[in-house]
Order: sequence, then C-alpha cells, then structure tokens
Amino acid sequence: MDFTFTDDQLTFREAVSRFLMTEAAPEMLREIWDTDIGRSPELRKNLAEQGLTALSVPEDCGGLGMDDIAWALMTQELGYYAIPDSLADTAYVAAGLIAALPAATASRDDWLGRVAEGSIRIAVGHPVNPLLADANLADLLLLAHGDEVHAVPRVQVTVEANPSIDLSRRLAAVSWKPATATLIADGAAGRALWAQTLNRGALSTAGQLLGLAQRMLDLSVDYVAQRKQFGKPIGSFQAVKHHLADVATKIEFAKPVLYRAAYALARGEAGADARVSHAKLACGEAAWLAARHGIQVHGAMGYTWEVDLQMFMKRAWALDAAWGDRGYHKSRVADAILVEGAALGPGHTFEE
Amino acid sequence: MDLAYTPRQKAFREEVRAWLAANLPREPLASYDTREGFEQHREWERKLFDARLSMVIWPEALGGRGCDLIEWLIFEEEYYGAGAPMRVNQNGQLLLGPTLIEFGTEEQKARFLPRMASSEDMWAQGWSEPNAGSDMAAITSKAILSEDGSHYVVNGQKTWSTRASFADWLFGLFRSDPASSRHHGLSYLAVPLDTPGVTIRPIQALNGKQAFAEIFFDDVKVPLENRIGDEGQGWHVAMATAGFERGLLLRSPARFQYTARKLVELYKAHRAVADRDPSIRDAVIEAWTGTEAYALSAYHTVGRLAKGARIGAEASTNKIYWSELDLKMHETAMRILGPLGELTVDAPAAVEAARWLDGFLFAQAGPIYAGTNEIQRNIIAERMLGLPK
Repeated sequence: MDFTFTDDQLTFREAVSRFLMTEAAPEMLREIWDTDIGRSPELRKNLAEQGLTALSVPEDCGGLGMDDIAWALMTQELGYYAIPDSLADTAYVAAGLIAALPAATASRDDWLGRVAEGSIRIAVGHPVNPLLADANLADLLLLAHGDEVHAVPRVQVTVEANPSIDLSRRLAAVSWKPATATLIADGAAGRALWAQTLNRGALSTAGQLLGLAQRMLDLSVDYVAQRKQFGKPIGSFQAVKHHLADVATKIEFAKPVLYRAAYALARGEAGADARVSHAKLACGEAAWLAARHGIQVHGAMGYTWEVDLQMFMKRAWALDAAWGDRGYHKSRVADAILVEGAALGPGHTFEE
Repeated sequence: MDLAYTPRQKAFREEVRAWLAANLPREPLASYDTREGFEQHREWERKLFDARLSMVIWPEALGGRGCDLIEWLIFEEEYYGAGAPMRVNQNGQLLLGPTLIEFGTEEQKARFLPRMASSEDMWAQGWSEPNAGSDMAAITSKAILSEDGSHYVVNGQKTWSTRASFADWLFGLFRSDPASSRHHGLSYLAVPLDTPGVTIRPIQALNGKQAFAEIFFDDVKVPLENRIGDEGQGWHVAMATAGFERGLLLRSPARFQYTARKLVELYKAHRAVADRDPSIRDAVIEAWTGTEAYALSAYHTVGRLAKGARIGAEASTNKIYWSELDLKMHETAMRILGPLGELTVDAPAAVEAARWLDGFLFAQAGPIYAGTNEIQRNIIAERMLGLPK
C-alpha cells in the first residue's frame, strides 16, 4: 500500500511546470485569445518537442506508454497554466480511445504515431458534450453514432462555431453523416470505448480544474499580500485570510480524490465510474470556490479584463460542466452508494 | 503508487476483525462522560491492551505492537467499522503519548506509557485557562521551581479539561518563569490529580453530563521528574502535541466513514420522508464523498510520512475538514429524523434516533476544541499560504 507518486513522476511534473511557466505565460495567453483560431501552432510544436503529446501513446507506436496516473499530475499543470490548447483531448483522451482499438484496426498505429510526434489534432465528440472542442482545427474527429465510434476526417463534417466565455475553448456544433468507411468500433466494444473515454475526459478535466484552483489561490495570495488598505496588506485581515484558507482546504482534500480516481481508471476497477465522478465533483468545487473567493479578495480589480485572474476563472467556470456536469457526476456517485449492498464505510476505500 | 494491501497487512486486518468479533461488548457501554461509563470504558481498554491492540503503533516494550501507520489505519478501520466503543483515554494515548515518545526521557516513557496504554492511568489535559483559550500563550498558572530544585509548586486554574472529574493524571502547560510573557518561560508538567492542593470542579456540558471540569491548583507540589522536555520549553513541546491533535492521530478517518455508512442506512430507511427535502439526498452523497476524501488524504499523508515528509500547517486543514464534515453529517441525520431528532435515550419512541442526538451534540464541539476553526484558518493562511500576521 503506497498512495504516493514516485520521485520520477514528481520530477517529470516539475519539468513540465518549469516549461509551461515560460511557454504559457499569461501575456501569451492573451495574445492567443486575440487570434481567430485561438491556437498557436508554435506552442503545439513546443509541447510536442517536450514529449507531452507522446505520453499516453504505447511505446510500440513511438510513445511513452504512461497511464492515467501520470495524467493526474500532468493535467494539473495544464490547468495551472490554463494553456490555450486542447492538448489533453488529443494526447490523453483520443490517444486512449485509439490505443484501446483492436491492433488490427486500420490507421490505428498511424494515428498513434502522429499523436506521439505531435502532427495530428483530434477532437473527441462524446455525447455528454453537446459541442466539440477544437472541431474546427482538428485533423480528425472521433464521433459517436449510438454506440458506434467513427473516425471522421475534418473535411467530411460541417462545423458551426459557438463562442465560449473562455476564449481558449473553441467550441463548435458538428454536422456529419455516419458512413461505413469511418466506422472503427460498434456494439459492446463501442459502448465500452465511449464509457472509458468519458471517464478519461472527466479525469482530464478534473485535473485541470484542480490546477486552476491552485493558480487562482496563488494569484489571490500574491494580490492580498501587496494590496494595502487601512495602512496594511489586506491579506493580514482575518476575513480575507479565511476566504483563502477555505480554498486551500478544498484543494488539499480534492487532490487525493483525483489520484484515487486515476488509479481506479488505470487499473480498470469496477468502481472507477464513481471514483472519477467524485474527482470531477471535488475538483470542480475547489475551482469554483477558488474563483469565487479569488474575485472577492481581488475586489473591483477581479472584475476587470486587465487582471489575469479572469482568464483562470473563465476556464474554471467552463470546464466544470465539460465531460459531465455536476448533476451527471452526482448521479453516478449516488448510483454507486445508494444501491443495495454497496460497500461503504471503513475498509472499502481501496479494496473492492 | 500501489494500492493493494500486502499479505501481512491483510492478515493483520483479519486478526483485528476476528478479535473484535469475539470480544466486542454485547451491550453498548454507558456514556464515558459518566463515572459508571468511564469505568466500563476503562475495562474495555484493559481488554484491548491485553490483546496488544490498545496502542498498535507504539513499540512493544511500551505496551504497543510496533505497527506502522498503514497498519494503524487498518486497525482503525476495523475498530470503528465494528462499531467498537469510543476511546476513553485518547487525551493520554493520542496527545500526550506521542509527545512523550518524542520529548520524554527513557525513564518517563517507561513510567508513563505502558500504564497509559493499559488505561491504568487515565489522563486529562490542562491547556485552557479562564483567560487563555484561543490565546493559549496568555497562560498565567504558575509552576515555580523549589529552591532545592526537587519540585515545582503549582498555583492557578485550568479549565475545559475533558473528563478530568474521573481522570488520574493531568498534563499541561504552566508558567515556570514568572517574569516571562507569552510563549516564553512555560514548562510542560504531568500532575497526579490526587496530589494535595488539587481541586476538581465538574462542569456540566450541554449534554447534561460532567463532560469536562475546571481544576484549581493551590500550592501543589509536582516532582521535577514530572517535567516533560526542558525548563521553559513547554510551548515547543505543547505545539508538537497540538500538531498531533489536529493531525491524524486523534481523528482517524474510520470513525467518520462509519458515521457516513450509518447515515446512508438511515437515509435509506427513511427515504420516503427524507426525499421531500431534496437537499437531504445531496448531503447524504456528500457524507460519502467527504469521508472518502478524508480517508484518501490520510493514506496519502501516511505514504508521504513514510518517505520522510513532515506534517506542517496542513494539519490545520484536517481539523477544519473533519470537524465540519462530522457536524454536517449529524445535522443531516437530525433533518432525516425530523420530529424524532429531539428525543433522548429515555424516550421509548427513539432508541436508534437518540444515538444520533448524542453524536449531534458532541459534533457541536468539534469546530471549537483542539483550537477553534477560526484559529486553524489563521494558521493555514499564515503558515501554509504565507500571508502577513
């Protein structure tokens, strides 16, 4: 029993954090927000050079073969820097779905190889999300038709942009026609792939929300330590301190929930759905509280376009309902704990 | 990350489970806030001790079993999962015990710990004073070293001392340098409560029982060998104790997970009534998510401790988390019980309900004792987040 990360995992996270600190600074976010496509090919290229697109791709397809547990750390960094790129959709969620296809599936290895080298962008259209992120820019779209999974080239779909308050999220409604040529899985196999994909999408979003919560807390701590009123930093006042202490506490108790969910997913545990939903709820709540208390302690500055906090708040508000809103995830938790014979109480946290 | 228990850990779980199944009291013990219940709990503690299960993480030589912290968590899961009695000597075992292990002399450890593990000695704490609550450094009770250096003479008053009316010993902080102020010049002493000059006056708690007491010291002689840590180092020693208290030991996740399980059962049994208020279902779900998060945090912390990390100010997040969670769960139970909620154990209509009422009353104290949650929030803000004083 060891519920911690290895030194290697923590070192890798550190390296990613240092890289994103320079490559995804808030000024750059603002620049990319102002562009039409909302993406930077250069940033994507740099992410690929760091190996971040290759994380989930199996080693025999040119990747690093890392699992959901590694992504529990990675996605926090992606959230912390609010990178204006849907990296995790391609490199984690889509890569996971494609890697789970039978080895004989045409194009499987080719797609995975291209994910690893960073030369393909894949949008994932799970039915739980009414709109697709990055559909406009994607080279390939993974789309659902009932239980069927289709891999559809961008040219075969019609895309209608739906702007989000988070300018880093480029959402679109997609119209398309299912065809035999694009079908890559159906029936029970398709159903299982979509179920797994939803969990990965939710875990990815949960990790990003937790990273966002930490970033908003850090920004708020910096702000209240330098902003003075009544002749003192406002961070010396208890009313302000307690707002931020509550955020710190929420974050502290969301982290292990995220890690437990990642492990459940990596090991294919039967209870993974409830664990992932728990993580999504806990991380979403932490992020929303960090936003609420963050804007409060920033005062009027928090309501401006000028102060960076807004970019992180908007991402947090948006991601909270992505890959299943709270009602969806709360229902999954309720299903697990209210069912007859549910294993609850002490001693059931790890073993099923 | 490997979340499988080892065969040794599984075997330990089985052993604890089997022992509890064979030895748990058939009838619930009386409240340990009464003399009768206190002595019943003492007997139960003796039984645990004889099976070397009272303090599993202490070394064998001191009455423990030499378990690691994962095994301790397993023990707690089995213990509370079986609905076993509350631990009556927790102030000694869980607060003073670890402090003695860290700061006590070999002689003190041998003298105090085995008798504490067996509950032959029951311990009360002496922190708060009438004018030193949240502001603990305002302590004025004095302990002046005699001229020959053989003993301290203690004068003053302590208060809010849990179950002190029934206890044998008290540990606490006293001002040993009368010229000192705040957290300087304090010493940490162990005082036998039958020493001449000690007067204990029970305080009736809101549950109607003598749950705590105030203690008056009138020229009480305390031998030098009862000082824990160095002269004037009491604050440092006490802070370590406060850290343990807020941290994991005092409130392991299992007891809250047990409450959550009971709450889910209560909700299911009264679902038709409870669902008229849709927020109740939400609160029941949050009982499970909240207690699981607390348990996961405990395992994560224990894993980090095993790799050499230390618990710092994040212990304060624990205190806030469990106390507010416990209160919320009991509030939810009261809301499910509706008009049965107010009934006491003596009410024929409410045998099961009354246990929730007891828990509800005690849960009110959680955000107050062991450092109020406001103080914890200050600690988090100042020491974890680095905000200015």
